Amino acid sequence: MTREALPSPGQGRDGEGSGLLRPQATGSAGAEWPLWEVFVRPKAGLDHKHCGSLHAPDASAAVQFARDVYTRRQEGTSLWVVRSDQIHASDPADKEALFDPMADKVYRHPSFYTLPAAVDHL
Amino acid sequence: MYTQAMDIGPAEAKRHEPAELEARFEARIDAGDFIEPKDWMPAHYRKTLVRQISQHAHSEIVGMLPEGNWLTRAPTLKRKTILLAKVQDEAGHGLYLYSAAETLGTSRDQMTEALLSGRAKYSSIFNYPTLAWADVGVIGWLVDGAAIMNQVPLTRCSYAPYARAMVRVCREESFHQRQGFDALLTMMTQGTEAQRTMVQDAVDRWWWPSLMMFGPPDADSPNSAQSMRWGIKRNSNDELRQKFVDACAEQAKVLGVTLPDPDLKWNESRGAHDFGAVDWAEFWRVVNGDGPCNRERLAARSQAWDDGAWVRDAALAHAHKQRHKEAA
Amino acid sequence: MGASIAFAPDDTQRYLLRIADTALIHAQRLMEWCGHAPVLEEDLALANLGLDLLGQARALLGHVGAQMGLDEDQLAFLRDEAHFLNLTLVEQPGRRGGADFADAQLRNLLVAGWLLVLWQRLLESGDPQVAAIAAKAVKESRYHVQHAGDWVVRLGDGTQESARRLRAALDRAWPYVAELFADDAVDAAAQDQGLGPRASALHAPWREVIAPYFGAAGIPWPETPAFRSTGRQGQHSEHLGPLLSEMQVLQRSFPGGRW
Repeated sequence: MTREALPSPGQGRDGEGSGLLRPQATGSAGAEWPLWEVFVRPKAGLDHKHCGSLHAPDASAAVQFARDVYTRRQEGTSLWVVRSDQIHASDPADKEALFDPMADKVYRHPSFYTLPAAVDHL
Repeated sequence: MYTQAMDIGPAEAKRHEPAELEARFEARIDAGDFIEPKDWMPAHYRKTLVRQISQHAHSEIVGMLPEGNWLTRAPTLKRKTILLAKVQDEAGHGLYLYSAAETLGTSRDQMTEALLSGRAKYSSIFNYPTLAWADVGVIGWLVDGAAIMNQVPLTRCSYAPYARAMVRVCREESFHQRQGFDALLTMMTQGTEAQRTMVQDAVDRWWWPSLMMFGPPDADSPNSAQSMRWGIKRNSNDELRQKFVDACAEQAKVLGVTLPDPDLKWNESRGAHDFGAVDWAEFWRVVNGDGPCNRERLAARSQAWDDGAWVRDAALAHAHKQRHKEAA
Repeated sequence: MGASIAFAPDDTQRYLLRIADTALIHAQRLMEWCGHAPVLEEDLALANLGLDLLGQARALLGHVGAQMGLDEDQLAFLRDEAHFLNLTLVEQPGRRGGADFADAQLRNLLVAGWLLVLWQRLLESGDPQVAAIAAKAVKESRYHVQHAGDWVVRLGDGTQESARRLRAALDRAWPYVAELFADDAVDAAAQDQGLGPRASALHAPWREVIAPYFGAAGIPWPETPAFRSTGRQGQHSEHLGPLLSEMQVLQRSFPGGRW
C-alpha cells in the first residue's frame, strides 16, 4: 500500500468509480477500529440524515461516540450507526441507467394533471 | 492554509489520465457540480485533496495542544468551561475532516502515521507556545479569525464531503473567535494594567505568525493554480491575507491594542491597509520543523498514540470476544 | 482579590460543597486528557464528561455561595486547601502524574456511580434548588456510568495487558473508596434536615450500580482495607496542594483582575 493510500492502479481509474478503499477491521490486536457511518434524526417526524463517520470498536461505543461527536449542539433525538462496510451503494457508473429513465415519466407527478379549479386540491 | 508547504516547490508531474474522462471531470467542475466519493476523479485531484484535508485535520488536532495547555489554569470557571468546549470542538473538527479524507481511500491510522513520522504537515501557527492566559484570547481572535476566513470559501469546495465538513466546522467556529475576542475585550476594558500589558504582549507575539497562516505570497505559490482550477482552493493567499489585515486593523481599535507593524497604514487609493514585510525565513524555518514547539507538539501526539496502543488493542480484543460469544 | 477568602460554612453548606468540590476537582484531573487520549473520539468523550461535571460544580457552588455572600469563582479560586471538601479519590494524580487510561476510566466509574445514586436521592431534597440541580445532573450521571462502565468492561475483558492494568488501577483506587460511605456529623445534619442522604445510605445502591460492570470485566469485588482518607473533612493527601496552586494561579497573581 503506498504511503498516500491512493487506490492502486486498476481501481478508481477506469471510470467505474469504485475507488473506495476502507481498511477492514479484523479484531486482531494492532488492527484499526472499524469505521462507522452516523445518521442523526434531528427531531421526531424527520428522517435520519447522514452526517459523517467515526471509528469505534463496537456498536455501543459507536452510539456513545456519535452522541458526543455529532449531537453536542442539540442536533438530534435519535442516532443510527452502521458499519461502513455494511453499506451497499449504487455505482456512479450506473447513474444514467438507474436514474435518467425517471426523467420522462412525468405522469408520476401531480402537476402533470390539469383539473378544474374546483377539484384542484386533489 | 493547510497547504502552506504544498503551494511551493516543483509542480508534480501529473499522471496521464484518459482525455475524455478528464474533460468530463473538468466540465463538471466548471459547471459548479459537486464531486462525491465514488465519482471518477483524476489521481492528482484525489492526491491533492487527501493531503489538504488530512493536513487540515492534523492542524485541528495539534491545535488542541497550545490552548489545552491553559485548561487547568483558566482564571474563572466560566472561562474554563468555554475553553474546554472549544478544545473539544477542535477534536471534533479534526474528526469530521479525517472522516472526509477517508472517503478518498486513506485511513485514520495511515494519516496518523504520516503526521507522526513528520511527513504530513499541519498549520505552522500551532508551533508557537502559549506563554500567558492572554494568548488564549488572542488565538481565538487572530488564529480562529484567520481560519474562518479560509474555511468559509471551502464550504463551496468541489469535493462534497470536504465542503460538508466545512459547513459543520464553520457553524461551530464562530463561537471560537467570539469567545476569544470577548475575553480580550474584558481584560482590556475592565481589567488591570497588568492584564492589559499581558494582552498587548500576546498580540505582539502572535500577529506575524497569524499572517503567515495564509501561506507564502502568491508569486511564490505555483501549485496554487491547479487547486484553484479544480475548485479546491477558492481565494489566493495574498487575497485572504489582505482581507485579514483589513478586518483585524479595525478590530484592534475596538480592543485598544496596537498591532506590532509600524508600516500598517490605510491606503486610500487601494481601499486597503498597507502592511509590513512578513519574515518568510521564519515561516520556512517553522514549516520545516524548527519552530519553537514543533518537536514538543509531535512528541505529545506520538506519546498519546503510543500510550494509547494497549487501550485500542484491548477494545478490539473485547469486541472480537463479544462477536464470538454472540455467534456461539 | 489575590488573598484567600474568609470561609466559615455551616453543616448544610459543607454537605453541598463536598459534592461541588468533588465534581470540580474530578473535572480538573480529567481535562489533563484533552489532546492526549488514546483515540480522538475519546478526547471528545472525556471533554464532555468534564463539561458536565463543571456544570454540576458551578450550579452547586453558585447556590452555596449565594448563601455565604461569595460567588463560584471566589469559592473555586480563593479558598485554601483545608477548606476544600472533595473526596480524596478525585485529587489523586491524573495523566500528568502518571495515571493511565485504566486509572482514568475506573475512577470515572466509581465517581459517576457515587454521583448517580446521590443525585437520584437529591431529587427529593428539601432544598428545591438542589432538587432542580439534581434533575439535570442525574441524566448526565446515568450516561457517565454507562460510558465509564463500558470502558472498564473492555479493559477488564480485553487483553492480558489491559486486565493487568485495570487490576493495578483498582489497587490504587480502592483504599479511597471507604471515604465515600463514612458518615460524620455533617451527614447526620443533612439527613435530619431533609437536605440529602447520609453517606452510608449510598453504599448499597452504589454497589448495585458498579457490581455488574465489575462482573463483566472479570474483576472480583475487593476487600476494604483499614485505610481511611479524609478529604471530606478538609484533610487531604499531598496531591491537592499542587493541583490548587496550578488551578488558582491567575486569580492569585492578578489581584483585582477581571476575566
